Amino acid sequence: MKIAVCVKRVPDSEARIKIDASGKAIDEGGVKFVLNPYEEFAVEEALKLKEAAGSGEVVVISAGSDASQETIRTALAMGADRGVLLKTDHIPLDPLPVAKALAAELAEGGYDLIFFGKLAIDDYSHGIGPMVAELLSLPCVSAIAALQIANGKGKAEREIEGGVEVVEFPLPAVLTTDKGLNEPRYPALRGIMLAKKKPLDVKDVALETGGLDVLSLSYPPERKAGRIVGEGAAAVPALVDALKNEAKVL
Amino acid sequence: MPNVLAILEQRSGDIKRVSHEVLTAARVLADGMGGEVHGLVVGGPGVATDGLGAFGADKVLVASDASLANYQADRYAGIAADQVRKGSYAAALVSATALGKDLAPRVAARLACPFVSDVTDVKYDGAIIVTRPVYAGKANITLKISATPCVISVRSNAVTPKANAKAGSVESVAVSGGEPRARTVEIKHPERAAIDVAEASIVVSGGRGLKGPENFKLIEDLASALNAAVGASRAVVDAGWRPHAEQVGQTGKTVSPNLYFAIGISGAIQHLAGMRTAKTIVAINKDPDAPIFKVADYGIVGDLFEVLPKLTEEIRKAREG
Repeated sequence: MKIAVCVKRVPDSEARIKIDASGKAIDEGGVKFVLNPYEEFAVEEALKLKEAAGSGEVVVISAGSDASQETIRTALAMGADRGVLLKTDHIPLDPLPVAKALAAELAEGGYDLIFFGKLAIDDYSHGIGPMVAELLSLPCVSAIAALQIANGKGKAEREIEGGVEVVEFPLPAVLTTDKGLNEPRYPALRGIMLAKKKPLDVKDVALETGGLDVLSLSYPPERKAGRIVGEGAAAVPALVDALKNEAKVL
Repeated sequence: MPNVLAILEQRSGDIKRVSHEVLTAARVLADGMGGEVHGLVVGGPGVATDGLGAFGADKVLVASDASLANYQADRYAGIAADQVRKGSYAAALVSATALGKDLAPRVAARLACPFVSDVTDVKYDGAIIVTRPVYAGKANITLKISATPCVISVRSNAVTPKANAKAGSVESVAVSGGEPRARTVEIKHPERAAIDVAEASIVVSGGRGLKGPENFKLIEDLASALNAAVGASRAVVDAGWRPHAEQVGQTGKTVSPNLYFAIGISGAIQHLAGMRTAKTIVAINKDPDAPIFKVADYGIVGDLFEVLPKLTEEIRKAREG
């Protein structure tokens, strides 16, 4: 089983976001970057499938700056075999150019499965995985919470509003992973040491600029100051009254 | 003429309410460009189309076939992309639901065009301009779309549906497309259908202050009194008390309900990122210094085990009265 996992370097979910002087990007100074949490599920699932198959290779691919090598190494420390960095200093917000670069790399790989996280927690875009699938004419199931693979076929479940869709597909296929699919393993010290020696291929790529221009980045409007209506159960009537007559939301 | 296509979502043959939001957003763009709004409904025979003119559809295109009653990603994407090409639409909009999040990027890839997900605002000012949250709402980005066509998904509850009567004439379109690559074979429904936290207009969320999964009965009771969805903090989802589908926050769902209750939730930055766009926020917490009070419109400092039963009772009374 040959499996690719596409990953992204993103600010940690607890990071405070500061807009830089250009007003169009964030100030990365002092911000801790991590492997996109949704891709931890992708790496874990790939490793489990390889382990179940008894043989194979898990390749971690990322598009980004040199700093993304660290992100790839995190996945290698979890147990992936090798990494590929599509090195570019600018990732456009339009997902199409990124999807094209990844598709070009993946097309040559002969992968049985290609995993992505269902979204990246920085741009919150959920487009790259399904776009890559379309560009490669592969079946795709997005935001999966359960997966079975057997005899060259797969069955995945994805949550929808008020239910679960069950989708069947032949391999090769593209899957994007949701929380709940598995419990990602933590890299052990031995894994971290081994990861330093695993191959990581750096390829320079030139991405198209895409069709989206950033006009501005801004902080969300501050919420107007609220008030404590009271303490304990005695404050409940005042709260209900405020919701009904002041906020008019009941 | 620069027309806009609004891809409208149906489940079990009924048009979802979020489709009215998509029509409203599409109307803003079409009016700016001097064009029309055409709705596209893909579904089984007899899929409902009435009432769409009332929300601004000049025309409603219907692609119906028994095999399309439920969402089939490849077929739906093929039909939508064909319609965008045939109609030379300037933009195609869809709601950022489970279906829309899956469908929109596929359509964009087939059209080799820009895709913007989860927008909360659209306008036309010589070009299509959209605003969307990034870093889970810690910042907003405003983008100009400089290519035609484009595909945009619109976040649920971000756009208020506006009545805007247009003809809404219904026209059948050919059902295109061959064998799907992947096939939806079943849709499982839980015994008691829950309201989805991302779509609900009222959300009642509980956190670690509940002290144990069994105490979420108190949250469920209040949610039921309000006809609200149940939400949960990351801490309680990671502890296995609640399913991840209920998680609100940066690694869960980002919600914009009319009314949000944060109960026994301290207000970690990743949680605030997921709910700060709620119109009214109520916090109940025993710690008066909890960060959640900084974003709350109304707060009660106190023991939630005393406050919740009383609150549920008072809400029941208020709703009946």
